[in-house]
Amino acid sequence: MTTADIESTDREPLEATTLSTQPEPPRLPGLGWAELARWAWRQLTSMRTALFLLFLLAVGAVPGSVFPQRGNNSGDVLTYLSQHPKLGPFLDRLGMFDVFGSAWFASVYLLLFVSLAGCVIPRSLVHARAMRAKPPAAPRNLARLPEHRTYVTEAAPQVVLDAARAALRGRRWRLAAGAGTVSAEKGYARETGNLVFHLALIVLLLGVALGSLFGTKGSVIVVDGAGFANTLTRFDAFTAGRAANTDDLPPFSFVMTKFRATYERGGPQDGAPRTFEADLLVRDTPTSPQRHVTIEVNKPLTIGGTKVFLIGHGYAPVVTVKDGQGRVVLNGPVVFLPRDSKFLSQGVIKAPDARPTQFGFRGLFLPTAQVDPVRGGISTYPAADSPGLLLTLFVGDLGEDNGVSQSVYQLDTTKMKQTGAKGMRIGDVWTLPGGVGSISFDGYKEFASFSVAHDPGKDPVFIAAMTALTGLMLSLFVRRRRIWVRATAAGDGRTLVAVGGLAKTEAGGLGREVDDMMDELRVAAPELQEPELQEPELPEESQ
Amino acid sequence: MSTQTFAQLSNGFVYGAMGVLALAMFAFAAELAFGTRSRVARTNEAALVEARQPVRVGGGDAPAEPAADGAADGVADGAAKGGDERQRRADRLGGIAASLTVLATLLLFLGVVCRGFAAKRAPWGNMYEFSTTSALVVLIVFISVARRRPALRYLGVFVVVPVLLTLGLALSVLYVPAGPLLPALKSYWLVIHVAAAIVSGGVFTVGGVVTALYLVQERWERKGIVNSMSRRLPTAEQLDQSAYRLFAFVFPLWTFAIVAGAIWAENAWGTYWSWDPKETWALVTWVVFAGYLHARATAGWKGRKASIVALVGLSCFIFNYFGVNIWFTGLHAYGGLPNK
Ligand code: HEM
Repeated sequence: MTTADIESTDREPLEATTLSTQPEPPRLPGLGWAELARWAWRQLTSMRTALFLLFLLAVGAVPGSVFPQRGNNSGDVLTYLSQHPKLGPFLDRLGMFDVFGSAWFASVYLLLFVSLAGCVIPRSLVHARAMRAKPPAAPRNLARLPEHRTYVTEAAPQVVLDAARAALRGRRWRLAAGAGTVSAEKGYARETGNLVFHLALIVLLLGVALGSLFGTKGSVIVVDGAGFANTLTRFDAFTAGRAANTDDLPPFSFVMTKFRATYERGGPQDGAPRTFEADLLVRDTPTSPQRHVTIEVNKPLTIGGTKVFLIGHGYAPVVTVKDGQGRVVLNGPVVFLPRDSKFLSQGVIKAPDARPTQFGFRGLFLPTAQVDPVRGGISTYPAADSPGLLLTLFVGDLGEDNGVSQSVYQLDTTKMKQTGAKGMRIGDVWTLPGGVGSISFDGYKEFASFSVAHDPGKDPVFIAAMTALTGLMLSLFVRRRRIWVRATAAGDGRTLVAVGGLAKTEAGGLGREVDDMMDELRVAAPELQEPELQEPELPEESQ
Repeated sequence: MSTQTFAQLSNGFVYGAMGVLALAMFAFAAELAFGTRSRVARTNEAALVEARQPVRVGGGDAPAEPAADGAADGVADGAAKGGDERQRRADRLGGIAASLTVLATLLLFLGVVCRGFAAKRAPWGNMYEFSTTSALVVLIVFISVARRRPALRYLGVFVVVPVLLTLGLALSVLYVPAGPLLPALKSYWLVIHVAAAIVSGGVFTVGGVVTALYLVQERWERKGIVNSMSRRLPTAEQLDQSAYRLFAFVFPLWTFAIVAGAIWAENAWGTYWSWDPKETWALVTWVVFAGYLHARATAGWKGRKASIVALVGLSCFIFNYFGVNIWFTGLHAYGGLPNK
C-alpha cells in the first residue's frame, strides 16, 4: 500500500492559476469601467463563486419541495392560500408556489451557467493547446520520482529508447524524445472529460429551455367507445410554451375501443391495482388507415414527435335524465373523478335544458357499494362488482345562463335548493320529487385519461445527459500520469536504463504500468544478469 | 417452494442477519475498547513508516521489510512478545467481528434474494425492500473497502450500528408483505433506476462514515491528541483519500440514477422532470456533491470544509429516502408505507 499518494485532485498548475482558486484579497478595482467589468467577470468565473452558486441552487430548490407548486397541483396552492391568509400571499409574492419558474431561481441558475461558460471556455482553449504540446523533458534525476526502476543491459542506448518508444506507443502514450530520453504522458482524457461534462451541462440547459419554449402538453378524458382528435379544442386542459405553434398540432385521432383495469383479489394487498391498458384504434392522419394500439402505463403511443400517455382512469355512470315534460334531456355517460384507492368517485349531473325548471345532482359512484354505519356509502373494492350511485338533487337556477362557463365537475348551488337524495342500483329509476323530472341509472362505462405531450428539447436533453455522464466518468476515473525512460551508455558496452513514473492525479496502478512497460523493454534489451554488476551512481541514496 | 415459504424464509434470514450483526457490533466495540494497539493499525503504521522514510529502522525488534502480510505479522509478533495479552485478545475480537459481519452479509443477501422470489420481481418495490437492500449494499461496500484498506476495519462499529438501525426500522415500521408491483412501477427502468439509487445509497453511507471519522481524526491530529482510538484509526489523510474515492465512484452512479429516473418518468408520465419533491431532493443531493467535488479543488476548502459539504450531501440523501416519503406527497407514491 503506498501512502505517499499524490493529492488526488491536484491538476496542472496552469489550471490552478486560470481558475483563480486562491483566496485573493479583494483588490480594489481602478475607476475604469473596463477594469471594473474585468474584475467582476473574474469574480464571477472563480471557483469559489461557482461553489457558492451551487449551494445557492441547492438551497433555492428546497422551498419548491416544501410548498405546493402551481405546476404540479394548483389545487393545493389555493387550499394553502385560503388556510394561511396572512403568510400565503406573502410567500406567493416571493414566488414560493412557483419556485422553479420564478425569476430569482432563474437568476441563480443563469448566473451559474454564465460562470460555467466563463470558466470552461477559456479552460478548453488552454487544454486544446496542452493537447498539442509535447510531454515535458525528463527531470535530471529520475530516482526522485515516486516510481523508479533501473537495470543494466548490453543493448545500445538507441535500441533501448526505440524499444521504450514502441512499448509506450503501443499503450497509446503521448511521446516526446529528448537527449537520451523518452518522455511520455497519458491521461489527457481526464481534463477532456471534465470539459465535456461541463459543456454538456450547458447543452442540457439549452435543451430544457427549448422544451419549455416550444413544448406542448394537453390532457383529455376519453370514455370507453369514444374518440379523440388532436386539436386544441378537444383537450380538457392544455399548456404550451411561449413559442409553440398550437394551430398546427399533428392531425392524429383515435377511438378507445376498450379500457381494462385489473386489481389484486384477496391476500394482504387486496384491491391493489395490477394492470391498466387501453386498446385504441389510431389514425396517424385523417387519411391514413386505422391501426390497433394498446397503451399501458409505461408504454406510451408515439406519433411523430408527440407521445400519448395513459395516466389515469375511472368510472362514468350512464344515466338517462328526463325533465318535467317527459323529454329526455341527457342520455349517456357522465365522468366522475376517483377520490380514493377503491374508486369512490365524485361527480355532478346537470340538466340545463330541463323545463319547467333546471335541476342538477351531486353524486357519488361506488364501484363496489356498501353502506358503512359511520361514513355512509363507501366502496370496498376498485372493480365494479356491485355498483351503486348516491345522488343529491338540487332544483333551481344552475347559474349557467350568464355566459360564465362552469366546470363540469362543479355545481353552483347558490340559487338552488336541495330537495332530495337517493341511493340507486343499476336499473333503478328515480321519479324526482316536485315533478321536476326523473333519472334512471342505466349502467356505467370506464374512462381513461391521457396526456398528449410534445417536447422538442427531450432528445437534446437526453443526449446531453449521456454525454455529461461519459465526460464525468472520464474526469473522475482517468488518471493523468507521466513516464520517462533514460538510457545512458556506461562506456564499457553496457547501458544503464532508468525509468521514472509520476502520477499527476492518483498514484494507484502506476507502479504496475511501469513494470509492464519494463517487461516489454527487457524483451528488446535483455537485462544483464552477471552478479558483479552493480547499480551505478545514485548520489542521493547514499546510505 | 411456494411464495409464502419464500416470504417467510426471507424474513427469517433478515432477522438472522440482525442477530449476527448485533453480535458483530459488540465484538467491534469490544475491540475498540480493549486493544491499545491492534494489528491492523500497526500494519498500517508499518506501511506508513515504510513509505515515508525508506531508511533502516534502528533496533532489532521492528523489521523494515515492505509491509506485506508477513511483515505485519512480524510487527504484531514483536509487540506481542512485549507481553501485551490484552492486545491479542482485541485482535481476536476484531477478527471475530469481521467474520460475523461477513456472515450477516450472507444472511441478508439470502433474505433479499428470497424476497425477490417471494414477490417474483426485483426486490426493491417499496421502502421495506429499499431499506433491506441498501443495508446489504452498505455491508458489501464496507467489506470490500476494509479488504482493500485493512485499517478501515475500525469503521466496523460505525457502519454496523446504522445498518442495524435501518434494518430495525425496516422490519418494525416499513414492513409490508411481499407482493407484485403497482402498474406504474412495472418497468425495467425501475429496476435500473432503483438499483443504481440503492447502490449509491450504500456507498454514500460508507463514504459518510469515513468522512465523519476523518473529521474526528483530523481534529485529534491538529490538536495533537493521542488516544486509543486515534492510534487505531487510519491517518486523517488516508481517511480523506478513502472518502474521496468512494464519493468519486458514487457521483457518476448517482448521476446515472437520476438520468434513469428521468427516462422512466418520461415513459410513465410524459415529462422527464416534474419537480416533485423526490426529484427535487435527488437534484439537491447531486448539486451538493458536485459542490463537494468542487470544494476539494478550491483553495481554502480542501479537507474539513469539503468534508462537511459531503456530510450535508449525505443528509440530503437520507432525507430524500425517509423524510420525503413520509412528509411530502408527490408523484412518487410508491413508498408503500403500510399505514398510508
Ligand atoms: C452547473 C454547475 C456545475 C456543476 C454541476 C459542476 C460539476 C462538477 C463536477 C461533478 C466536477 C467533478 C469532476 C472532477 O472532479 O473532475 C466538477 C469539476 C470541476 N468544475 Fe464544475 N460544475 C459546475 C460549474 C462549474 C463552474 C462554474 C466552474 C468554474 C468556475 C467549474 C469548474 C470546475 C473545475 C475546475 C473542476 C475540476 C476540479 C478538479 O480539479 O477536480 N465548474 N464540476
